[in-house]
Amino acid sequence: MNPDWDGLWVYLSGSPLLGLTATLLIYSLSVQLYERLGRPGYLHPVATAIAVLASGLLLFGIEYQHYFAGAQFVHFLLGPATVALAVPLYQQLGKLRQMALPVAVALLTGILITLSSALLIASVLGADELVQRSLLAKSVTTPVAMGISQAIGGIPSLTACVVIATGIFGAVIGPGLMSRCGIRDPAVQGVALGSAAHGVGTARGFQLNVEMGSFAVWRWLYPLCLAVYWCLGWCDFGGKCEGAGSNKANFDASSSGLGTENQGIDVLCGSKITILYFCYQKFLLCLI
Amino acid sequence: MVGVKQEQGDKRLERINGLIVLLLFQLAGESISLLSRVPIPGPVIGMLLLLFALWLRRRPVAALERTAETLLRHLALLFVPAGVGIVLYLELLQDSWLPIVTVIVLGTVSTLLATGWVLQWLLAKPWRRRL
Repeated sequence: MNPDWDGLWVYLSGSPLLGLTATLLIYSLSVQLYERLGRPGYLHPVATAIAVLASGLLLFGIEYQHYFAGAQFVHFLLGPATVALAVPLYQQLGKLRQMALPVAVALLTGILITLSSALLIASVLGADELVQRSLLAKSVTTPVAMGISQAIGGIPSLTACVVIATGIFGAVIGPGLMSRCGIRDPAVQGVALGSAAHGVGTARGFQLNVEMGSFAVWRWLYPLCLAVYWCLGWCDFGGKCEGAGSNKANFDASSSGLGTENQGIDVLCGSKITILYFCYQKFLLCLI
Repeated sequence: MVGVKQEQGDKRLERINGLIVLLLFQLAGESISLLSRVPIPGPVIGMLLLLFALWLRRRPVAALERTAETLLRHLALLFVPAGVGIVLYLELLQDSWLPIVTVIVLGTVSTLLATGWVLQWLLAKPWRRRL
């Protein structure tokens, strides 16, 4: 009897089983490869896994929606994981109190620089507005960044990739660059790494130098960034909020096409967000 | 005997109870986010609520800590599905790869140096005595 390979493939490519198995399997393999080769920064397992899975989808012509039907079970855990960030943050509070003020000021500067540079460069080089919004959210840790990106009308998937790429790039060049520019204190380097390259940068920091307390400080970023984004958002969002119910419901996991909402958001954000956004842009351009 | 069983049962339920706490806080966060129309993602509000609750309690919660640790140890895995979503935007990437790459490179370099220099300046001696 001739097995029906085509039938099997049709069944598998439509069922959640394949997407879920592939995600876990490829991630596990990427981690093993990364460990085996001595944790080189450029081979970060998330980047490898995304690259392999994305090429796989393109190669086999599998639609993202079908893949996501399985991968959504993993994706859903981002919500509880974001909430879980409160636990390490709470554990660090004591240590952070000593250095709180200088670090807070430095991080705030870092965030403003990140935001301004993203806006400036993207608008000077003429990036799509959708891309600009996605880039704006990039300096926070990935789960938070994706939420913000969705909230300000960007593309969460693009933001996730940009955040990961930023983290890897920052972690690879960070220590060398800073030493060359006269920043030698490991504690200061740690904070800067955490600010520019968040999670990946922090991991790299631990690897280079065990001044744990100071490296752990990056966790301060979340509340701080939120404050900044919230201020930005608060001005911008008047126009959007009337229709926000449907978008928000979609923030976590429920939308299988992560991007399908974006056109909707674009229309909704129309008036106020655009005006204020461009005022901010113009203001920054005036400064040069 | 019963005591031992009870203890095992508690241990076995530990992760589940931890997950329940996380989900409840996320639920609260999502509800607040939707009802108040504040533009902060629900899970983030949940995180702030949980932080506040932990701060009020001032005692470590073993079940929660273990669940959080398990989830966060594999945090990187959770970005993979969303990251793969990039396949939907290949055209967009093709059109605007230059700004994206430039933002990543210049943005990261400027953020690293700015944060580093500012912190170094703030931690320098004359300031340190006061802070």
